[in-house]
Amino acid sequence: MIYDFFYKLFGSDIIAALIQSLLPLFIFILPYALFAVWWERKVSAHMQDRLGPMRVGWHGALQPIADIFKLFQKEDIIASDTDKVFFNIAPVLVFVGSYAAFAAIPFSSVFIGSNLDLGVFFIVAVSGFSVAGILMAGWSSNNKYSLLGAVRSVAQIISYEIPTVIIIITIVMVTGTLNLNTLSEMQSGHFWNWMIFGGPGSGVTKFMLIPFMIIGFGIIYISTLAEVNRTPFDIPEAESELVAGYHTEYSGMKFAMFFLAEYANMFAVSALVAALFFGGYQSPCGYLGNLFGLKWLIPIEQLFWFTAKGLFFVFVQMWLRWTLPRLRVDQLMNTCWKYLIPLAFVNLIIIGLITLI
Amino acid sequence: MAFKTEHMTLNMGPQHPSTHGVLRLELELEGEIIKAVKPHIGYLHRCFEKHAEAMTYPQVIPYTDRMDYLSSIYNEFGYAVAVEKLLGIQVPERVEYIRVIMGELQRIASHLVAIGTYGLDIGAFTPFLFCFIDREKILSLFEMTCGARLLYNYIWVGGLSHDLHPDFIRSAKEFVTYFRPKVKDLNNLLTYNKIFIDRTANVGILPLETAINYGISGPNLRASGFEWDIRKDDTYSVYNKFNFDIPIGKGLQGTVGDCWDRYYVRILEIEESLKIIEQALKQIPEGDVTSAIPKRIKPPVGQVYSRVENPRGELGYFIISNGTPNPFRVKVKGPSFVHLGVMNELCKGHMVADVIAILGSIDIVLGEVDR
Repeated sequence: MIYDFFYKLFGSDIIAALIQSLLPLFIFILPYALFAVWWERKVSAHMQDRLGPMRVGWHGALQPIADIFKLFQKEDIIASDTDKVFFNIAPVLVFVGSYAAFAAIPFSSVFIGSNLDLGVFFIVAVSGFSVAGILMAGWSSNNKYSLLGAVRSVAQIISYEIPTVIIIITIVMVTGTLNLNTLSEMQSGHFWNWMIFGGPGSGVTKFMLIPFMIIGFGIIYISTLAEVNRTPFDIPEAESELVAGYHTEYSGMKFAMFFLAEYANMFAVSALVAALFFGGYQSPCGYLGNLFGLKWLIPIEQLFWFTAKGLFFVFVQMWLRWTLPRLRVDQLMNTCWKYLIPLAFVNLIIIGLITLI
Repeated sequence: MAFKTEHMTLNMGPQHPSTHGVLRLELELEGEIIKAVKPHIGYLHRCFEKHAEAMTYPQVIPYTDRMDYLSSIYNEFGYAVAVEKLLGIQVPERVEYIRVIMGELQRIASHLVAIGTYGLDIGAFTPFLFCFIDREKILSLFEMTCGARLLYNYIWVGGLSHDLHPDFIRSAKEFVTYFRPKVKDLNNLLTYNKIFIDRTANVGILPLETAINYGISGPNLRASGFEWDIRKDDTYSVYNKFNFDIPIGKGLQGTVGDCWDRYYVRILEIEESLKIIEQALKQIPEGDVTSAIPKRIKPPVGQVYSRVENPRGELGYFIISNGTPNPFRVKVKGPSFVHLGVMNELCKGHMVADVIAILGSIDIVLGEVDR
C-alpha cells in the first residue's frame, strides 16, 4: 500500500522500497525510543519517590535528545585486543534483529510494513537473529564479563523462545492464520472478541477457552520479558554481577545501538502480545470514524489503539523492572524448562482438544 | 580422549558496581561455578593506626570516623569508651544516654544501607532508594545535633562536642513513629519477595562452628543462630538500662545462617534499635555534656582493650599508653576485616551471581577493612 504510493511518486522500485523500509525507523522507532527512555526514567523516578530528569525541556522531556547528542559526540573506543570485524558488526546485527521485526507488525489496517502471510513466524525468526549479534559482541570484546553475559544471554533467549513459540502455535491453531493483519481483523468488534476472551467465536467453546488463553498470555508475557532481557530476567546485563554484560566494552553510538535495540525490542514483543491476545489494532469499543461517518479516521484510531496497547505492556515491563529483584541463571533456566514449557504444552493440548469439540 | 581444561580466573573489582568499595576479588571459575575466592585488599589503606601514634588522644577521633564511614558515631563511641577506661573517668548520665541514642540511630542508618544495597546487589533497585530516603532523615537528625552528616567528630573523650538541639527529642520521636511502618513496607517489597527468597535462602550458609572459628561477630554471628551481643553480654555505657531482645537467625526460609537470615537479622535489629531509642528518649536526664571532658588527656602507663557492638559486629580498640599525650599504639579489631576472611569458605561451589549475594550479606565496609 505504502510501497505503491512511493512507487507511483518516484517511479523507481528501489527508492520506494528504501523509503518504505526507513519509514518505521523515523516515524516510529526513533521517536518511540526517545519517548521510552524518558518515560522509563520518569516511571522509575516516581516509583522511587524521586523526580527524575527535570532540567531539559518540560519535566525533562528533551533529556533523551540531549543524551543522544552526548552519545554522538563520544569517542568510539575499540579496545586493542578486540576482534574488530565482529566487534563492529555486532551492534548492527542486534539492531537489525529488533528492527526487522517491525516490518511485520500491523500498526493499523493500512499501515503495515509488509503484510506477510507468515507474519508471526517472521517476527519470531528475525528476533532470534539478534542472538548471533549478542554472541559476537560478547566474544569479540575479549572481556570475561562480556563473554559470560553473552553466553548467558544466548542460553536465555534460545530457551525462552520455546514457550513463546508454543503459545503462538496455540493461537495459530485456534485462528488458522499466521498473518498478523488477518489475526487482528478476526478480533474486530468489541473487546470480548479478543483472543484473551476466547476469540471471535461464540457458545461454550469460547467460554472454555478463556482460562487457558489467560494462562497462555501469562506464559508468553513472561517469556517475552526474558527474550528482551528485562528484569527479573536481565541476567545477561546484570549490573551488579557482570557490569553491563555483553555490551560492557561498547561506547558511543555502538552502545546507543544496543540501547535502541533493547527499547525497540521491548515494543516489538509488546506489540506481538497485543496483536495475538488483545485484538491488535482493534478498538475495544467501536470507532469514532464509524460514528461520524469519517472513513479516513479509522486507521488513525487504529494506530492510536495499537500504540496504546503496546505502550501499556511496555509500561508493565518497566513496572516489573523497578519492583522485582533478579533471578539467578540456574533459576532462570528452571523457570523456563521446568515450569513454562510443560505448562505451555499442556495448554496447547487442552486448547487443541477444546477447538476440536 | 579427554580435553585438557583449565579454570578461568575472573577479576572482580576494584572497579566493580557491587564490591561495596574498592575490593578486588579473584574468582577461580569452572563455568559459572566458584572454585575459590581470594580477596585482595589494601586499595583504601590510609595508615590509620600509624597516624594515631603521632596524634594526641582527641585528635584520633576524626580518624576513627573515617574507618567505617557508615557507622562513624559508633567508631567514636568505641574509641571514647576505650580511652575513658584507660583514664578511669566516669561520664555524666546524659552523655551516656545521648551516645546510646546516636549510636542506635547510626545502627539503623547503617543497616538501612546494608539492606538497601543488598537489594541492589540482588537486582531490586527501588528498595535501595526507599532505604536511602529514610537514612537521609536520620542524617538530618545528626546534622541538627552536630552539623555534620557523615563524619561527625561528635563523641569526645569524656563527653560530647555539643549538647542536643532543643528540638532534637521531638524530631527523634517523630522519626521513630514515622519509621516504624516503613519497615513493614520494606518487608512487603523485598523481604518476602519470592524471587528475593529464592536468591538468598540456602545460599552462603555459615554454620555456627565455622562462624566462631573465623571470629565472626555481630549480625552475621547472630544469623548463624548464636545469641551474642556485646551490648548485653559485655555491657558498656547505659545499655543495661534498656529492654531489648537479641534477634537470631532461625532459618525461616531456608537453613540457619544463610544469606536471607543475615539479611533478616538486620531488619529485626532495626526494630530493636527503635525500641532502645524510644526508651532512651523517655528516660534521658538533664545535665551538662562537656563537664567531664578532661583538659589534658595524659593517661597513665598501661594498656586497655575495650569492645563495643558496632552495627557490623565487635569493634575493639587496643590502646597502649606510655604516659605521654600521644598513644603509643592504637590497634583496631574491625568486624569487616574479620568477616571478609570467611568469603572463600562461603562462596565455594556457588555461582558468580551468589558471590555478590554473599558479599552483600556479610556487609563489609572497605574503609574499615583497609583502615
